[in-house]
Amino acid sequence: MNEAKPDTRDSELAPPALAAALAETWRTPAGLWGVLAAVDHKIIARRYIITAFVFLALGGVLALLMRLQLAQPEARVLSPDRYNQIFTMHGTNMMFLFAVPVLEAIGVYLVPLMVGTRNIAFPRLNAFSYWIFLAGGALLWIAFVLDMAPDVGWFAYVPLSGPQYGTGKRADVWAQMITFTEIAALAVAVEIVVTVLKQRAPGMSLDRIPLFVWSMLATSFVVIMAMPAVIFASTSLILDRLVGTHFFNPAEGGDVLLWQHLFWFFGHPEVYIIFLPAVGMVSAIVETFARRPVFGYLAMVMALIATSILAFGLWVHHMFVAGLPRLGQSFFTASSMSIAIPAGVQVFCWLATLWDGAPVFRTPLLFVIGFIVTFVIGGLTGVMVASVPFDTQVHDTYFVVAHFHYVLIGGAVFPLLGGIYYWFPKITGRMMSETLGKWAFWLIFVGFNLTFFPMHILGIAGMPRRIYTYQPDMPWYGLNMFVSISSLVLVAGFLVFFVDAIRSARVGASAAENPWDAPTLEWATTSPPPSYNFAQIPVVNGLSPLWDQPACLMVASGLRTDRRELIVSTVATAKPQVREASPRDSIWPFWAAVATSVMLIGSIFTPWAVVWGSVPVAVALIGWFWPKATPEDEL
Amino acid sequence: MKTRVVADFSDLPIHGFRSASVTWWGTLAFMLIEAAGFALVIAVYLYLMNLAAIWPIDAPKPNLLPGTLVTVILLVSAIPNYLISRWAEREDLRKVRVGMVLMSVLGTVPLAVRAFEFPALNVNWDTNAYGSIVWALLGLHTAHLITDLVDTLVLAALMFTRKGNTSRRFGDVQDNAMYWNFVVVTWLPIYGCIYWIPRL
Amino acid sequence: MLAPAAVLMLAGCAGWQSVIDVQGASAISIKQLIILFVAVCSVVWAMVMAVLIRALWQEREERGRPADLDPQTERRMTRAVIAATAMTVVILTAFTTASFFTTRALSLANHDDLTIKVRGQQWWWSVEYLSPSEQRLQTANEIHIPVGRNVRLQLEGADVIHSFWVPNLAGKQDLIPGRPNTLTIRAERPGMYRGQCAEFCGLQHAHMAFFVIAEEPAAFERWVNSQQQSATDPSDADVIAGQQVFLSRPCAACHTIRGTSATGTTGPDLTHVGGRKYIAAGLLETTRGSLAAWIADPQALKPGNNMPMVPLNADELRSVSAYLASLK
Ligand code: HEA
Ligand code: HEA
Ligand code: HEC
Ligand code: CUA
Ligand SMILES: [Cu+2]
Repeated sequence: MNEAKPDTRDSELAPPALAAALAETWRTPAGLWGVLAAVDHKIIARRYIITAFVFLALGGVLALLMRLQLAQPEARVLSPDRYNQIFTMHGTNMMFLFAVPVLEAIGVYLVPLMVGTRNIAFPRLNAFSYWIFLAGGALLWIAFVLDMAPDVGWFAYVPLSGPQYGTGKRADVWAQMITFTEIAALAVAVEIVVTVLKQRAPGMSLDRIPLFVWSMLATSFVVIMAMPAVIFASTSLILDRLVGTHFFNPAEGGDVLLWQHLFWFFGHPEVYIIFLPAVGMVSAIVETFARRPVFGYLAMVMALIATSILAFGLWVHHMFVAGLPRLGQSFFTASSMSIAIPAGVQVFCWLATLWDGAPVFRTPLLFVIGFIVTFVIGGLTGVMVASVPFDTQVHDTYFVVAHFHYVLIGGAVFPLLGGIYYWFPKITGRMMSETLGKWAFWLIFVGFNLTFFPMHILGIAGMPRRIYTYQPDMPWYGLNMFVSISSLVLVAGFLVFFVDAIRSARVGASAAENPWDAPTLEWATTSPPPSYNFAQIPVVNGLSPLWDQPACLMVASGLRTDRRELIVSTVATAKPQVREASPRDSIWPFWAAVATSVMLIGSIFTPWAVVWGSVPVAVALIGWFWPKATPEDEL
Repeated sequence: MKTRVVADFSDLPIHGFRSASVTWWGTLAFMLIEAAGFALVIAVYLYLMNLAAIWPIDAPKPNLLPGTLVTVILLVSAIPNYLISRWAEREDLRKVRVGMVLMSVLGTVPLAVRAFEFPALNVNWDTNAYGSIVWALLGLHTAHLITDLVDTLVLAALMFTRKGNTSRRFGDVQDNAMYWNFVVVTWLPIYGCIYWIPRL
Repeated sequence: MLAPAAVLMLAGCAGWQSVIDVQGASAISIKQLIILFVAVCSVVWAMVMAVLIRALWQEREERGRPADLDPQTERRMTRAVIAATAMTVVILTAFTTASFFTTRALSLANHDDLTIKVRGQQWWWSVEYLSPSEQRLQTANEIHIPVGRNVRLQLEGADVIHSFWVPNLAGKQDLIPGRPNTLTIRAERPGMYRGQCAEFCGLQHAHMAFFVIAEEPAAFERWVNSQQQSATDPSDADVIAGQQVFLSRPCAACHTIRGTSATGTTGPDLTHVGGRKYIAAGLLETTRGSLAAWIADPQALKPGNNMPMVPLNADELRSVSAYLASLK
């Protein structure tokens, strides 16, 4: 064993010197190199969030194009081919490039801060994850520009997406984009699981973990169990298309419904992957602005866990008209209904919190109130479509389109926007505007309901989804026109939001450490946090540390300042075990992502890309893990 | 924010083994992902089998020899694999070096035999769905064999450099051994699926 | 929000392709279930809103330190949350039971009076009557059924997945390649019911409609008899010329007209095309003009569909459309 080198401990330094020493150790290099090599979870998360919001804007523009086309019967704004690409792009983009990444990214930003550690576990994997995500998004959008975008819907049912009917490379682009985003999501899930289980501040036992962190932990487990299904599905689709396997070919012993089972075994949990982080944000916001801890902490945690487990027992409710045995379908009706119980428990607990609390009506809370109003509608229509006979009438109609926009936008985007207003000061050091925030909220809330509520009626009136036009003799014209006009109100709201965010990031009022007087640890450091998050690791002995001890934060000393040190603690009780080193910045994750992207994109065209492409990937990975002579690597 | 120091961690070790190390947990998480993947592909195998009137579809049963040979080698390799993990725990550099060389060999041999397994399936991936799924099962496991072999080779090389003799490397050796166990254990249900289910 | 919604619901939902304006046995029982669900859920939503408003608007004393909780209030709220959860469980159980019994009611009496094979293809429906008629009967995009009888539909997907949906009569059922499905429907009142493909199936998924025409049994029998006839030989000169054009051009390679040499099966059977209400899967009402427009340029009217434009001069076009219109 090596001799222990002389080292500097934080206890030996006065606060300013300590800050300077830590800043030197944890800093990300300047310039292009720093951009490509950064591994600071805050930098990566910020990139992730901004990129995802760009995708939201792009997906929103696609939605507007669809609404333009649908405003009138037999309109000729878009050709059927373009329309099919656009709705596929809209759904794929919103689900895989916006909703899942943005929520995970907020987890990447907040989880390490909330559990009181200095960086996420496996920070290089985190950097890799972002680059892979970016490559996947670029692949999809470049294909769109080249008129090669997928046109088979966001769940790409075979045989339409199979070798015989999905000609060209469109479906391959879709399938490979899935692989990109799933690799990125899996990487983040692993990081979050390990961060939460092993890097919590001393004393943060399981019953003191903030609800948002619990929700990210639950989400990450769902990601880990669900994503392999879609990776296998999309890979076998590519194999069917590229090398002639027969997974989905009924003529050779394959099966068309196998695709649907595989896709929805992932696809249903996917919607809870979007929903669970959002409820975590709701809990955080409710707690701060109701001025009391969330009522029923244990019940909330159990609800999160129950939802994640039940999420795997519902997938067949997307296949109620595929002709599966009736007994099986009844089971899936029952299981789908039962997931309303944990959802209800959470709603009831938030209501109780607000009831007993003293609500402060700032923009974040407004979005949460909007969330409760709309999400309950979406949840209730979910319960309706969970009934087999009900669903046989409204499946694949605008009723379902209404359901899922209510739960996706009402249930996830509203909390997300509330969360942005809430955490913006922490992330940027500046407050967003309260006035513009209220405008954004009301425009979005009203615009949203006017846009999507009538879709329920369109569905009941028999309008199927995914039609590029409808005939003048159908009674859908008026409502469609109304919906299209209302969507402009919605977009105006989003524009106000974007303007506010961009403006405030430059000139907003500067934010204090804890501008909302919130209880959790991310507010115990400066806004924005320094590269090392906390000058000294916090010690926790309650659920709401900043409320329990408002005057003073308890911390631990004894960590080295000349290497990137953080505390690894036990899973259940968070007893400190090790002063672990956290990896430095490295360019290799970037190269690994480049190599992986080349291999994956190449494999759209030839299977040999996998063989030759794996060589650079292996080289990059070896470079990544090869030990360097840095203080982090000693012993 | 004002702070008050309530604990001192100067004496904590700077590296932890097994459950005290984040890499160990990371490896575990990746194993969970891959186990979910394997379980799923096996489920697809059973699903397709259920649909088919006869199984295997239009193909003779796979030959037992190469697959069984791989199974035996993998099972045997578990013994040195277990030992190397113990040596690493004791930070016995000399034995670990010998063990890593041995494990590199024990990783290469099954891969060589694997090359004969594919023809022994007696069906092509593009013959029918049965062919597709057995090739997928075997291919997926082979990918794991290759990954772990590359990891073992690199780590073996590393152990012969100056950088080898650190707790961190010994921890890596242990994690690598754990992963190899995973590769061995997941092979058993796949072996059963490919070779024995058609014989039931 | 509820009241105007309800009004809109009723106003917007009458007529063609509506889930609420129902005339078929299964659609009627589903409609009752829908009303039950919507009513109960509206009440649930209203209750949640009431509690929310009350929670946000009540007068209250200053809270002390945020972390301090009053044990008595906590206990009261625990009881309230448990009660609400229990009520949720009760409602969900009732919903599950109701939907189970509705599903059971949907499997109509187990004997069927008539079996029809419906094949969905990109982007039209081929329809073949299998029983009881000895002589098979082939048509497209239009299904005639007798009122008050159980009609068993054998649903097959010829290329990709489609979904058979006539909301006024019954819920939908997918047509899946390699996995035939069945659906039994029964119309309680005569009428013409529009249906539409409900599973995305490619370029012209939007124009893949069809009609179910429910008739009194006597009228239905007459229709069956007329459909079983081969096409009548033309007598009018213009029409004869039209037949010549049809048989000498690629048309005959794709279409069947029974009684002639045209026996193609790529496109719809045209033996009685003039007697059908619509052509091209609900795209246009059948008239000589619309037939001519369709044949002149099918790709302009229904871009991407599988019938190519066959170049014809004005005379040929006029006569061939006259011929097809005459095939009642
Ligand atoms: C964030 C995303 C999200 C969420 C949270 C949900 C939540 C739910 N969803 Fe939804 N769903 C989607 C996203 C989501 N869904 C998407 C994207 C699709 C379409 C995919 C596609 O086809 O493109 C879809 C489609 C979909 C279908 C298939 C419909 C079809 O294609 O025909 C079904 C069927 O069962 C369903 C059911 C449910 C249920 C039962 C819930 C439940 O979790 C809801 C539970 C919540 C509540 C019930 C409200 C709160 C509870 C109370 C206030 C208690 C009182 C309640 C009662 C007494 C009932 N969903
Ligand atoms: C989180 C997911 C999400 C979100 C946010 C949205 C948002 C919207 N969606 Fe989306 N939608 C889906 C997920 C989502 N959708 C999915 C999964 C499908 C199914 C796809 C399929 O069938 O395969 C679907 C399908 C779908 C359809 C059905 C298409 C069809 O079946 O034919 C329609 C139709 O109206 C629609 C409309 C809208 C509208 C009007 C919005 C609006 O909310 C959009 C609001 C607008 C913006 C968010 C943009 C604002 C910004 C700008 C205008 C630019 C400003 C730019 C800068 C400042 C840089 N969507
Ligand atoms: C390559 C095959 C092909 C050829 C050649 C072809 N058709 Fe068609 N035809 C089709 C298909 C496929 C449809 C169904 C289109 C749809 O509705 O999507 C169709 C539909 C029709 C219809 C409407 C039938 C209905 O009930 O909806 C008419 C009428 C028709 N064709 C007439 C003609 C005439 C006349 C010609 C020759 C000038 C012709 N077709 C040549 C394939 C063909
Ligand atoms: Cu056929 Cu949609
Ligand atoms: Cu679902």
